[in-house]
Amino acid sequence: MIETLLFCAALVSVAVTTGIVVILVKESLAFFEHVPLSQFLTDTQWTPLFSDAHYGILPLLSGTLVSSAVALAVAIPLGTIIAIYLSEFAPHALREIAKPFLELLGGVPTIVYGYFALLFVTPLLQALFPQLPGFNLLSAGLVMGIMIIPYVSSVSEDAMRAVPMSLREGSYAMGATRFQTALAVVTPAAFSGIAAAYILGISRAVGETMIVAVAAGMQPNFTWNPLEPAATITAYIVQVALGDLPHGSVAYQTIFAAGLTLALVTLFFNVLGHLLRKRFRQAY
Amino acid sequence: MDELRLRELRALITARKRWNVVFSALGVVALMVGILTFTTLFVDMLIDGLPRLSRDFFTAFPSRRPADAGILSAWVGSTLVMLVTAAFAVPLGVAAGVYLEEYAPRNWMTDLIEINVANLAGVPSIVYGLLALGLFVYQFGLGQSILAAGLTLGLLVLPVVIVATREAIRSIPGAIREGAYALGATPWQTTAHHILPYSLAGILTGVIIGMARAIGETAPLITIGALTFIAFLPTPPVSLDPPFLSFDWLMSPFTVMPIQMFNWTSRPEAAFHHNAAAAGLVLVVMTLSMNALAIYLRYLLRRRIRW
Repeated sequence: MIETLLFCAALVSVAVTTGIVVILVKESLAFFEHVPLSQFLTDTQWTPLFSDAHYGILPLLSGTLVSSAVALAVAIPLGTIIAIYLSEFAPHALREIAKPFLELLGGVPTIVYGYFALLFVTPLLQALFPQLPGFNLLSAGLVMGIMIIPYVSSVSEDAMRAVPMSLREGSYAMGATRFQTALAVVTPAAFSGIAAAYILGISRAVGETMIVAVAAGMQPNFTWNPLEPAATITAYIVQVALGDLPHGSVAYQTIFAAGLTLALVTLFFNVLGHLLRKRFRQAY
Repeated sequence: MDELRLRELRALITARKRWNVVFSALGVVALMVGILTFTTLFVDMLIDGLPRLSRDFFTAFPSRRPADAGILSAWVGSTLVMLVTAAFAVPLGVAAGVYLEEYAPRNWMTDLIEINVANLAGVPSIVYGLLALGLFVYQFGLGQSILAAGLTLGLLVLPVVIVATREAIRSIPGAIREGAYALGATPWQTTAHHILPYSLAGILTGVIIGMARAIGETAPLITIGALTFIAFLPTPPVSLDPPFLSFDWLMSPFTVMPIQMFNWTSRPEAAFHHNAAAAGLVLVVMTLSMNALAIYLRYLLRRRIRW
């Protein structure tokens, strides 16, 4: 009896996944009855709310990829360096202080980062690039990168700490320095865990909403230039949800089609991460 | 000749060791980038927002005039939504965690559930918003209510609670279980009398972290269509007249702290940005103190418990 109850509770997680898939697919199918898939994938304009409606996902996809790329260009190097430093170099006391502090950094609400990106980082960048518009992918991406650092660093560090001591001792015994050991022994041995950390970072960047919605503008723009304003998939969903769309209209269905695209992109990276982990897993 | 070779070798070792120092410096710099950014963010908000933080700010409704605007409806909304979230996610998450650790047989069903929990933790929060929009708002007809919002965030923190519960339970040595079973306890007695009490602090840590995440979450609530301008309060849940308890507030429209901040941030006037900074300060202090509490609890736990 109790076991059945507990089982049902555990089953809720499966129900949630099923619910997500059913809702996204159902509304997207309704959307694709109005809009051919070929237009969705190849049109370079996304203007569902205009009278001359175009439904090309490319502008939203490019915005998402550019802001994520900027974020990862910040988060992956910094996160990796922090992880290697904390795991292999830092004195014990520093690690005990730095780890919780980094965790706090990851706990700051994203809307606060959005505020920071729009009203502090963008004016700062405008001092460097005077022609930079008030909304741009660069400042959103940079702040997003800072936000993602803790995710990358903490998962990579855990992976490095899980590498057995004997490997390091073997390396030291051969006369390698700390730096050589960290780079040539520990990092490769922990690679599957580090890859998982990168994938987690990518998922966070692609799915991040409020920073880009606030700081990158909500104008769909097919561009690969981070200095321009553009909308991401997530920002578009926010923009539509802020308005008052009638339930069942094509414009209402677009956010589910956009959401499905987002879910597929995240799924792609998660599968990739799974394969990487399997390929590089090392057992001790 | 030997002397020369030795000197060469020493130079080589020194050069190699120099990289240790270079990398350590790099590590400290990288760490400082994170810490300095956060400090800048906090100080920036403090400068802009602190003058706005008065008692009136907490007791006033949003207004068209920035100087009169406050966060009353936002913090009340946040509190009520969090109540629903906790009431939904905590029992369900703990039950699921207990099932997976204590009851689940090793079969494909259990594998499916485990893979599911792991994947759900990686789903972007806005996708939960879309699920809630289709399911809670329209399918169940809950509308843009506190109940719908609480359930949405409940789904979002469910994986966090499940994972925390499982980790807390896993750290309990098997000998405790075996002792209980040896004395004839049923699996449920073992769970209720031993496993749950011993893992309570660990579970609580996870719940606090999950709630801290939920309270700062904006995107899913905007997606379900939360309003940004609310100038009234929901019906109070407790009243002095019979029947004393009322659940009308569950169906009330709402706004929450992060949405209020988003609204103020996206306005062009600088005066509203100061309001946004003040709301951001309140939000950051709330989430950070919750996270700090969780970290402290975990620290206590690690020190106190010696099996």
